[in-house]
Amino acid sequence: MLKNLCQKMFGRSLWVYHANSGGCNGCDIEVLNALTPYYDAERFGIRLVGSPRHADVMLCQGPAMRSTAKALQRAYEAMPAPKLVFAIGSCACGGGIWYDMYSVLGPVEKLVPVNFYIPGCPPRPEAIIYGVAVALGIVDKKTAPVQFKHLEMPIPRYHPEDLRRDGEMVVYARTETV
Amino acid sequence: MSITSKLKEAVLCLRAGRVTLPYPAQSSPLPARFRGRPVFDAAKCIGCGGCASNCPAREILVYDVCQEIRIIKYLGRRCTYCGRCADVCPEKAITMSHEFENATPAIGDIQQRLELFMSTCQRCGRCFKEPSKLEELKMKGYRFDDLENERWVFRSQAYLDGQPVVDDIEIELD
Repeated sequence: MLKNLCQKMFGRSLWVYHANSGGCNGCDIEVLNALTPYYDAERFGIRLVGSPRHADVMLCQGPAMRSTAKALQRAYEAMPAPKLVFAIGSCACGGGIWYDMYSVLGPVEKLVPVNFYIPGCPPRPEAIIYGVAVALGIVDKKTAPVQFKHLEMPIPRYHPEDLRRDGEMVVYARTETV
Repeated sequence: MSITSKLKEAVLCLRAGRVTLPYPAQSSPLPARFRGRPVFDAAKCIGCGGCASNCPAREILVYDVCQEIRIIKYLGRRCTYCGRCADVCPEKAITMSHEFENATPAIGDIQQRLELFMSTCQRCGRCFKEPSKLEELKMKGYRFDDLENERWVFRSQAYLDGQPVVDDIEIELD
């Protein structure tokens, strides 16, 4: 549903606003790298704008900090209505390594609703472009939660009362095959 | 003057050629030592929890839900792909893969969850890691496999009645 809405709303160009709420500048460099001629993001109509009032997408970098919380929320409110928020980097996705410090509130989603997450520290410029492509519905996402469950006990239970003598050997009385 | 400078610029641009990478169509090869998302191999994991205690972002969680099951959860939200978990893993069950295209609309998509059977201590009932090969050899009833009859055979006869050493160790039975 979100994909269809995105394709309808953001059919042409995405103008991105680049909001750093207290990151280390690593993700900012990667975002700007995605706009250079090497990874020419303007092919897809992605353009960096200087004001949130012109923007469709806010790229959040850095965790939600105590000192910049209000500024980030004001920037989000200043964006016109069909808007997307991308959390770029480990800090914006989960709070970063220093998630439990007094000045860090946690992930960006504590302050503004986040639509897409691009983890990485920092994410490669390809990963950022891939995230935008996922948002636009050009490609499908590759990740899915992985779950693994042991169904059988891998070793036989150790019950000494089941040990029986069998000729020269000592074996389990219960037939437990290898 | 301006026309000549423009022409010079055009010549420079033509000489440089095209540098833009055809990324979404075809990705460039990654460096060999690139660290992407860690991938947990559940077949090798012994559930020692070394990765959890060594993770600087505290993103690997260990739960002992009951006596014999241990759940290892990798959330990956603030994982910085530092590779310390892969370094510390004694069984090399964690590999740093080359996957970096992890963009997702739901943050729960990155998580990995392993549910492992663990040996439990006969005394306190808590999980412990499986004994190593050397510790197994030191165990009293060290078993070896009878491949012809497809069963476990115990080398020691110390648990049978009538043996002189049968009561030298107390094991709580169920």
